[in-house]
Amino acid sequence: MENPVEHSLSAENLAVGYDQREIIHDLSVRIPTGKITVIVGANACGKSTLLKTLARLLKPSKGTVLLDGKSIQQVPTREVATKLGLLPQSPTAPEGITVADLVGRGRYPHQGWIRQWTKADDEAVAGAMASTDVLEIADRPIDELSGGQRQRVWIAMALAQETGILLLDEPTTFLDLTHQFEVLDLLVDLNKEDERTIVLVLHDLNQACRFGDHLIAMKDGAIVAEGKPRQVITEQVVHDVFGLAVKVIPDPVAGTPMVVPIGRHTTRTDRSETPSVNPAAAALAASAAANGVCRPTDR
Amino acid sequence: MATVTPAQTAERAQIVSRARTVRRARSLTVIGILALAVFATFCVSLSLGDFKIPVIDVVKTLFGAGDRATEFIVNRLRLPRALTGVLVGVALGMSGAIFQSIARNPLASPDIIGVTYGASAFAVFAIVTLGLTGAAVSGLAILGALLTAFTMYVLAWRRGVSSYRLILVGIGIGAMATSVTSYLLTKARVEIAQQALIWLTGSLNGRDWTHVRSMAITVAVLAPVLVYLVHRLRILQLGDETAYGLGLHVEGSRLGLIVIGVLLAAVATAAAGPIGFVAFVAPPIARWLSRSPGPAMVASALVGALVVSLSDLIAQHAFGDTQLPVGVVTGVVGAPYLMFLLARANRVGSGG
Repeated sequence: MENPVEHSLSAENLAVGYDQREIIHDLSVRIPTGKITVIVGANACGKSTLLKTLARLLKPSKGTVLLDGKSIQQVPTREVATKLGLLPQSPTAPEGITVADLVGRGRYPHQGWIRQWTKADDEAVAGAMASTDVLEIADRPIDELSGGQRQRVWIAMALAQETGILLLDEPTTFLDLTHQFEVLDLLVDLNKEDERTIVLVLHDLNQACRFGDHLIAMKDGAIVAEGKPRQVITEQVVHDVFGLAVKVIPDPVAGTPMVVPIGRHTTRTDRSETPSVNPAAAALAASAAANGVCRPTDR
Repeated sequence: MATVTPAQTAERAQIVSRARTVRRARSLTVIGILALAVFATFCVSLSLGDFKIPVIDVVKTLFGAGDRATEFIVNRLRLPRALTGVLVGVALGMSGAIFQSIARNPLASPDIIGVTYGASAFAVFAIVTLGLTGAAVSGLAILGALLTAFTMYVLAWRRGVSSYRLILVGIGIGAMATSVTSYLLTKARVEIAQQALIWLTGSLNGRDWTHVRSMAITVAVLAPVLVYLVHRLRILQLGDETAYGLGLHVEGSRLGLIVIGVLLAAVATAAAGPIGFVAFVAPPIARWLSRSPGPAMVASALVGALVVSLSDLIAQHAFGDTQLPVGVVTGVVGAPYLMFLLARANRVGSGG
């Protein structure tokens, strides 16, 4: 796979909305190059809107998105597509399409006016399918695949675009826990392989802390905090952003911050069992055991 | 991941290109067989009639080696009708493939959403109220189709056109156009109403070279544009957001494709009346035959041609002396498929 050149993505004084309703007001952000950035926040805080604006799907009413220093709206959209790839939240595939065919459509921005398929296209598609481990199922229709496989195929399609920047809108939403980690681990691989810049929206704060190099916490269309997970995910910030009282402790597996919500019914532990150890530590151990799928990271 | 050797790269690329070759081989085979079937039906339809001509003589005549009498019957009397049928089928097949792929929905074909109904309403207006015939009726039918499509597009527009809205608005406009048609028919004198009704069923009776010419020009002009745009259609099928992400001008491409689809349906309707269900059934059959997830444009065109030719053959010769309009036969084939589709859509919960 070719080595993507360094790309930069940033936004200045964005205001974005649908119809009359403005969702993001005066937001500026710089996406760190070669890192995994995770956007978190409550529902309807504007995180998907920000991602779509960065991907030029939405046109800001004020401000600009800058790709390599140039306004993304000024650059021909096809040229943008060779630098920045996007995986929407629920992409639709035509009935009966095979894995190789779908991934192949990711080559669209690299092809001429009239479709000319070249050897380079074959290699790019094969490379994308190999990195996402879907080469063996090249002939299968994607309706027959599991949710996790299907998501890997879509990621392969975005990879076949051979872009330095990859944006993903909630790529784990419809997946079970195992497949969520499979996809997130894959994104880390892709980030490490080619120093790809990856931006994704996630709901799970613990996953965001574990897999993100850089976190952006949003509330009401504005950025509340950004930086390394340790700096962003504090009890105060989580309370501000989600309106939820939490305890933040180190993740026993990765050492990254782990959010433990304090709900109204927190004291429902069975009191007949005499807690010989600290109950919080016991709960942690149990959760770590349950999460056997998590592998220790070196991040 | 370990570093990849050139040999591995080549081997992987091989897997991808093999998958592509297998698919292409299948659709090429299907296209070849369909083309043969269309040609065979075409020749048989030229050979049948009051004066039967052996198929072999028909083929000879087509390639300029027939005797005078055969040549007159084949080229003068029967060829225009058969050619109009084939071209109308081609146009309807392509139009259906465009609409169904854009909307990502098998219900979206110009004869289900309003386009052909709009053409019909205008044509009936031309026949009944204005007392027009021939080319003037065709002209108004094209105008009707274009106006209907334009209204549909504008009404469905809300920060871009969603396929679901397009279908619902289209069905609504179709219903309105149908009621206009019915109203005009009830006001008309019986002989004129009958003439309008024959037009409304879709018929290839009495087609001459002017029809062939207008169809041939339309197909010849629009087909190359379509070849250029069909690549974009394959990207549009992935949904608007993915298509934007891949650098497609989504609204422009969609509008261009809709314009072509409407023109094809409009000219076909003007030439032969609203032959029902051809645009609706041809693309799914083509996709199924070629196992293609794409629009299967060429195969759809050929299936369309085959459906119209075969239906006209049946309509002309299967019922003894009674000659039916071709639209009756296509309706008999198409309506059950519509019911099947609706029943299946409800069962799998993807209705609409």
